[in-house]
Amino acid sequence: MFSYLIRRLLYTIPIIFGVMIITFILFFAIQKPDTMARVQLGKRATPESVQTWLHNRGYDKPRFINWDALKKHKVTIKEEKDGHTRTVTIEESGGSLFDSIFFHQMWRFATFDFGKSDVTGRPLKEVFKTGAIPSLLITVPAFFAGLATAVAFALVLVFLRHSPIDTAGTILCVMLMSLPSMIYIIFGQALVAIGLKYFPAFGYELNGLSTMKFLLLPVALMVVLGLGSDTRLYRTIFLEEYGQDYVRTAFAKGVPISRVMWVHVLKNGMIALITLTVAHLPVLILGSLLMENFFGIPGLGNTLYLAIQTTDFATVQAFVFIGALLIQAGLIATDFCYALVDPRIRLS
Amino acid sequence: MERFFDQIWVQNTLVVFGFVLVFGLIVLGSRNERWQRAFRYLRRDRLGMVSGVVIALYLLIGALEMIQLPLGPGHSGISVLDWMTDAQFDAGGKVKRGIATEKSYSAPLADRSLSVAKPEPLITPGRHLLGTDALGKDTLVQTLKACRTALIIGGLTSAIYIPIGALLGVLAGYYRRWVDDIIQFVYSTLASIPDILFLVAFLLVLGKGLGKMSFALGITGWVGLCRLIRGEVLRQSERQYVAAARSIGQSHWKIITRHLLPNVMHLILINFVLGFSGLVLVEAILSYLGVGAPLGTASWGAMINGARSELSREPLVWWNITAATTALFFLVLSLNLFGDALRRAFDPRQG
Repeated sequence: MFSYLIRRLLYTIPIIFGVMIITFILFFAIQKPDTMARVQLGKRATPESVQTWLHNRGYDKPRFINWDALKKHKVTIKEEKDGHTRTVTIEESGGSLFDSIFFHQMWRFATFDFGKSDVTGRPLKEVFKTGAIPSLLITVPAFFAGLATAVAFALVLVFLRHSPIDTAGTILCVMLMSLPSMIYIIFGQALVAIGLKYFPAFGYELNGLSTMKFLLLPVALMVVLGLGSDTRLYRTIFLEEYGQDYVRTAFAKGVPISRVMWVHVLKNGMIALITLTVAHLPVLILGSLLMENFFGIPGLGNTLYLAIQTTDFATVQAFVFIGALLIQAGLIATDFCYALVDPRIRLS
Repeated sequence: MERFFDQIWVQNTLVVFGFVLVFGLIVLGSRNERWQRAFRYLRRDRLGMVSGVVIALYLLIGALEMIQLPLGPGHSGISVLDWMTDAQFDAGGKVKRGIATEKSYSAPLADRSLSVAKPEPLITPGRHLLGTDALGKDTLVQTLKACRTALIIGGLTSAIYIPIGALLGVLAGYYRRWVDDIIQFVYSTLASIPDILFLVAFLLVLGKGLGKMSFALGITGWVGLCRLIRGEVLRQSERQYVAAARSIGQSHWKIITRHLLPNVMHLILINFVLGFSGLVLVEAILSYLGVGAPLGTASWGAMINGARSELSREPLVWWNITAATTALFFLVLSLNLFGDALRRAFDPRQG
């Protein structure tokens, strides 16, 4: 088990490195840092202000490798000695070969130093720390509630398989999948919050139970967002499980159908479900991205939304990297759980 | 590269070419026994056929917007759709270009603009079936025009990601070893960046534009197809027909093109249809986030984005979001249902 975990962790390192390189290419190779500065400073920025902007962030270095380091160039220094000045010329190398944006960015990623936001100037570490709590308060309950709801619906559909209700339910799932996420959010807010005047439509405060009031609607909507595709997927999995021999054996022994469904099929189906839970992470990220701004919740999704609106490259870049880390962590957790349940995996 | 895809004629040509290619593949595939059986099965599938007809309708509307006629001011070219709808809004010489554009919002079939304080008479009263948007453009026409945007995004992206995904998938599955290792590494790395973050970052750097959006979507979108094809090719290579082909000394190229590709082609077709629906949704989401369709391009996502302010207006402006959502919903729904029907047709056991 332990050696399996170590092997799994080692496999992640090259992937993280690959993500770092992709992020670098995305933000520094496709566009020149100058372009980035001009987007931030506006069209009327003077060359000097662009230069300072670049210098403050270390973006004025060579992009990939500091080839200057190989060349020796002459530097003249004025030296004052005994009351009269004289100029001395010395040969100096142009710094380290690795003194470039590429290596600096790599180092910053590796040490989780994300710097400051391009627009607001807040340190991103602090932004992530404060934003994580509201986001987790939405995504974690939404994840578990969504999983439970989808599994329950899927089991009901499998229970009624090949009946008109099953067909109608499957088509309903496809219909739910066919609407873009923001429609649910817009209509959910309009209907529940404004129409029923029960939940607050906007805002957030971290204050014990009253926080619940603000979070209930976003969480419910987040559950609905993934419901269609999840139910359909789980239905296929449970249906496959239902066709297995052990189910027939259970029936032959005279086990009642409710026990077969809720114990045998559910338990074995859950093993297959574990692998699919990571697929939820992107949905949760998208959900909080669309939802938090809409409901005025100061979480990570809201930060990202504002960063997109203000073309805040530093923030988006940090989000890309952290998102990838999250997915990798999710994958490792999945494999770990899977190995825990299924001994065949860790032995192979 | 991404600028290349941003030119309108490139987009139109590529998408039309792509659809001709798909059609050609289907005709070519119809000689294959498996495909013939699938088509027979599909013809009996009522839901699948209905959704197929709906998709064809959307394709037709999109094509009408794509084909340019050498008319308009200075023969600059206007689309067939514009030409057909212009007659509806002919103000009878009241406006210079012949096409009347209202000033701002107006309700469906209204003859006055939407304003509590000072409703003004419209240029073409009672002719806007679904009202007008903030810029005074007819909502119905905008909704229909957005079909082209959806088709460009879906078609152009497919034209980029399907060749990449299929090729890499076949290579990884057939050659295995280090080829497989490299390809697997590349796609696991790409897949570990959440799609929406990658797209947003990409489009933030590249800027707005349909071509750029397709480019970004194409670069991120091939992973799923590649995985699928790789798995299937791995399984097919174990089959006896591949061993037989190898034993009579057929080249790798021939085994791949003659034996393996025809046997995974149906997966590509199903993936294309289902992927198309996902792309239409993603386009809407990206446009909603403000990194998608550029200003002035009709897009369902942009129309839905507009509803953020429209729904809090008094009186409520509901027609834009309703029209866009309905149009989007039926296209995506038909694509999903048609894709499922195709899957059932090719593998009846699964349905």
